[in-house]
Amino acid sequence: MNYELHPWWTLLTIAAAFGALQGTCAYLILLERKTAAWVQDRIGPNRVGPLGLLQPIADGIKFLLKEDIIPDHVDRVFFLLAPAVAVGTALLAFAVVPFGPTTTPPQTAWPQTTAEESSSYTPQFQEQVEQYNRTYEAVLAPHVDIGMVFNFAVSSLAVYGIILGGWSSNNKYSLMGSLRSSAQIISYEIPMGMSVLGVVILSGSLNLERIIGHQLAHGWNFFSQPLACLLFLTSIFAECNRLPFDLPEAEQELVGGYHTEYSAMKFALFFLGEYTHMITTSFLLMILFFGGWQFPWLATAESAWVVKLLVFAAKMFVMILLFMLVRWTIPRFRFDQLMGLAWKVLIPLALANLLAVMVVRHLADTNGWSNGVQAGILFGVSVLLLLLTGALTLLQPRNRRPLNLAGPTRVPAETAAR
Amino acid sequence: MPIAEADVKWIEEPRLNLFEQLYLPAVVSGLLTTGKHLVKTLAGKEVTVQFPEERPTMPPNYRGVHRLNRDEAGRVKCVACYMCSTACPAHCIDIVAAPAPADWKDREKYPETFVIDELRCIYCGMCEQACPVDAIELTTLFDLTGFSREEMMFDKEKLLSVFDETVKAGTDPVRTHGGKLGVASEPAQPGGIPPSSTGTVS
Repeated sequence: MNYELHPWWTLLTIAAAFGALQGTCAYLILLERKTAAWVQDRIGPNRVGPLGLLQPIADGIKFLLKEDIIPDHVDRVFFLLAPAVAVGTALLAFAVVPFGPTTTPPQTAWPQTTAEESSSYTPQFQEQVEQYNRTYEAVLAPHVDIGMVFNFAVSSLAVYGIILGGWSSNNKYSLMGSLRSSAQIISYEIPMGMSVLGVVILSGSLNLERIIGHQLAHGWNFFSQPLACLLFLTSIFAECNRLPFDLPEAEQELVGGYHTEYSAMKFALFFLGEYTHMITTSFLLMILFFGGWQFPWLATAESAWVVKLLVFAAKMFVMILLFMLVRWTIPRFRFDQLMGLAWKVLIPLALANLLAVMVVRHLADTNGWSNGVQAGILFGVSVLLLLLTGALTLLQPRNRRPLNLAGPTRVPAETAAR
Repeated sequence: MPIAEADVKWIEEPRLNLFEQLYLPAVVSGLLTTGKHLVKTLAGKEVTVQFPEERPTMPPNYRGVHRLNRDEAGRVKCVACYMCSTACPAHCIDIVAAPAPADWKDREKYPETFVIDELRCIYCGMCEQACPVDAIELTTLFDLTGFSREEMMFDKEKLLSVFDETVKAGTDPVRTHGGKLGVASEPAQPGGIPPSSTGTVS
């Protein structure tokens, strides 16, 4: 498919992707409710339309028509700003994430000096770049070389929506929710960023299209980076405020969490932001570790455009389903537990993994190891690191005080005798 | 009195082994359980009953709306002994007794009126246990509603009509001694329901 990098094409893509995103979000809420029901042996919403399929539309109408309450005691500016920030950042973060087939940007041999770099721009290479610029990429903002950095930077701003919402609500429960959210972000952002660095080192680029291209040539990153994949997966659960890390909206403890005071469309915007975030991070996980739109024998470089798009959507959907199943499997962490997990386990593991990737990559380059050998060694190192963490946790000194199930106070023997 | 040292049970957390300490096996087995329920429900084995369209079958000992049983002749079985209203902890049964008609040879009294305040009733089933002739029974009707308090005062006719309806619908077979009038200590009739399931106090 050829196209000139034309504003109309971009606008059309934005319109289509935005519409699809909104629709998907609406139907994901239905799916979430249905999954929740199925997991609990129930049926779920089935009254609006056949099989309840019109439920999201009814929900949308309800959200739009409901009375939009702004309580007297809130800080109006930030109260109105918070949902906008939540949904705006979530949508912005989606801008650089490929949601369909992409092509690998042309690349010369790794230039070491400026002289090498300028000499590498041969007419042949220029032609390749021209060709690449004319190719349609299924990304809202294609050709972003710092795609991953942009995505992480913007999506971590989403927490401002939560913090502002909780703060401006002027309500202690909302505030507690947003404080937990800030405790959460300083815990998960670091392992999240560091777990991805291994992938960046392996593929040599922050450009998400190139990361997909790298996996096209060398196999999925999951096989060389299973530990990083696990760390990233854990972190995105926290990033999306999904159970087991949905601390900011712990209904049982915090009434409704940070959005207690919100109603109608402003509440819906928070929801939209959350689900958009889920979609973005699911795409991102698939791009970083599972080869984006590729699937062996089903979607290869030669496959039709539609096949690639559908395969990618299906992979994203599998991840969303995992989000939903985990929600009904693992109970919520306390926020000190989350911080302990992130700081004492995830960050050291991510660091060790990063170090391992650097060492193995260097050894592979100097010794000329094949790609398979390198991946195998990295896989082994990942498993070893995981086992080592488990062993170290076992060796930790434990709180030896036994639990007393009989009563709160221990009675000395002599008083008990009387 | 403080708890004696000998009665205090000290418990230690079990140690995790390396495999368990990784948490991942537990997460995976949890996800499998979740998935099992998901698949089971999708296969059509959900426990939900679509209430207004579908009605659940209640267990036979469910305590719902009362009824007054009829004997074979279609007469009310009640002998107006007041044992149910005496046993009733909510005082919701109001009976006015009258001498039985001359041709009712098997009893001296019958209830002229028999009113149960269904709103006051706590559905404990003690009237059913107290009744010596198995005349009052609780049915499995659970969706009792009304527009006024007066409507919820069930009189004799209404209670007998509940009997007619539930017996005709077959939801609540008569749980008495083969449908015969008799005292509470009467042994079960051959072919009747065994005494343990009659709901009477022997």
